[in-house]
Amino acid sequence: MVMSAPSPTPTPAPTPTRRKLASPTAATSAKTPAVGRSTRAARLGARATRLAVWLGLALLVVAVLYPLLWMVFSSFKSNQEVFASPWGLPGELRWGNFGRAGSAGVVRYFVNSVLVTSASILTTVLFSAWAAYGLVRLRVPFGGTILGLLLGGLMLAPTVALIPLFGLLQRLHIYDSYWALIVLYTAFRIPFTTFLIRAYMIDIPSEVDEAATLDGCSPTQAFWQVILPMCRPILVSAALLQALFAWNEFVFALVFISTGDLKTLPVGLMDMQSRLLTDWPVQFAGLTMAALPMIVLFLIGQRQFLRGLTDGIGK
Amino acid sequence: MSTTLMRWRSLAWVLPALVLLLVFVYYPIVDNLRLSLFSWNAFSVAPTFVGLDNYRTAFHDPIFWTALRNNTVFAIVSLVFQVGFSLVLAALLEEFVHERLRGILRTIYFIPAVISITVAGILFSFLYNPEIGLVNRLLGAVGLESWQHSWLGEPSTAMGSIIAMSQWQSIGYTAILFVVGIQRIPKEFHEAAKVDGAGPIRRFFSVTVPMVREMTTLIIILTVSGAFLVFNEVMVMTAGGPSNSSQVLGTWLYRNAFLNDDMGYASAIATVIFVITLAIGAVQIVVSRRRRIQW
Repeated sequence: MVMSAPSPTPTPAPTPTRRKLASPTAATSAKTPAVGRSTRAARLGARATRLAVWLGLALLVVAVLYPLLWMVFSSFKSNQEVFASPWGLPGELRWGNFGRAGSAGVVRYFVNSVLVTSASILTTVLFSAWAAYGLVRLRVPFGGTILGLLLGGLMLAPTVALIPLFGLLQRLHIYDSYWALIVLYTAFRIPFTTFLIRAYMIDIPSEVDEAATLDGCSPTQAFWQVILPMCRPILVSAALLQALFAWNEFVFALVFISTGDLKTLPVGLMDMQSRLLTDWPVQFAGLTMAALPMIVLFLIGQRQFLRGLTDGIGK
Repeated sequence: MSTTLMRWRSLAWVLPALVLLLVFVYYPIVDNLRLSLFSWNAFSVAPTFVGLDNYRTAFHDPIFWTALRNNTVFAIVSLVFQVGFSLVLAALLEEFVHERLRGILRTIYFIPAVISITVAGILFSFLYNPEIGLVNRLLGAVGLESWQHSWLGEPSTAMGSIIAMSQWQSIGYTAILFVVGIQRIPKEFHEAAKVDGAGPIRRFFSVTVPMVREMTTLIIILTVSGAFLVFNEVMVMTAGGPSNSSQVLGTWLYRNAFLNDDMGYASAIATVIFVITLAIGAVQIVVSRRRRIQW
């Protein structure tokens, strides 16, 4: 697919050394007849390199996509087809596999994941935006200390907190409930999200706030009516990254939810795998249903995803 | 209203984030240090203080060392692929691929990073499956029957198979970060090197590598700490088996806490993980501070 695409020749910059890198035009080699043989060798070499690079990139595309295509194709197959023709397309589109996966628990897990993910997006983005506003615009007391705590929080790993949290959540009576996950997903992502939004808020000129204050806005009004709308692009990025995190999170969901009906997709799928064992097509259908929302969301909001990632890691 | 009072009132903006952070992130991590000094289980009324006994247990526990070794191998392999290979991949994309197609390739390479580790893990356990999996069939098709394995079922191949899955999932992610780093290099640097007659390979080592050093440091830190925190992949694919050959610190902690019901020992393992990540974080701070002075 990629190989057959027209190999795009980069627009050549008019420097004489250009021919060492890319396919040179006849004109440039005619201008330098003295080194004709060596340029021809170099040209061949460059072409071979180019071919090797393309081959490698195409192979990587296959290696990345094929397992996913196999998953989607297999989810439409019958059990025999999974064994007999693993490389082929399904004989017919058996949508029933998805129905069976759904009633085997995937729908339930899906709903749980949607609930926990959306709630934690709301709380994480809101609390982080408030914190960023306080730190950047209102210069709260102990701002430096708070920033340090947030920075430290970036490095602290969920696994290390697992055992004390087990007791803490039970004492707070939120163990084995949606709240356990919502609270933890928010708390552990506040550092990253606050830094992300903070970096963006810093770049908003302070004249904006001053104008708002002159118009009689209180800090609260300035936040909701001026600053927050201006931060919309980074809020979208933050929300997408939180969605990715919460939708895929595993450790907390495994340890702090014990009721089957409350499980989210990552843990539910693992349960299903041990329950269904060799009903392969239904298992593949379940995987496809779990993977699809994030892939679609990524394809739609790619730009925002990447901005969030690179701003979050770069600043 | 006085300005001091206003400043104190402004703390309310930070309060929700701060409280959540202190209660659910900082308190548990500090409490874990205390808990690791006790012998207790989920049902014990009164934990008994045992000092450093849990750490002594770890020191004499062969599986603890297996786990630590597996984490280390995970880190080294990830460095090779997610830093070395990804950087080369990013440079190739920038050097050889037209902008339009580059976007498409980038998107494709990134896709595995957005599906959950559970989905990727289960999918790969199917790929490795001796009955339906493609890996053995592929080997059979090219005449390498002797290479066929029950990949996740044999102690000698289980950990490697898990690590391979993780590389599949993460290479695109770090490559994208490198692409962003490369795009931040001012165009003139490459142009100047070209004028001086530097070929693509020379320019990779003399321009690209030094100019993305900051991004490289960050990705190294992310990759190494990720390798010592690995849990989900192993849990889904082997749960540490067969015969504990693919145990990592995270899964060994989980097993001791929630299956063997030895919470004290599990807390000690958690502390070891904490110290390792702390050390990596300290390295990051030192390195980034030194750079700031240089520039």
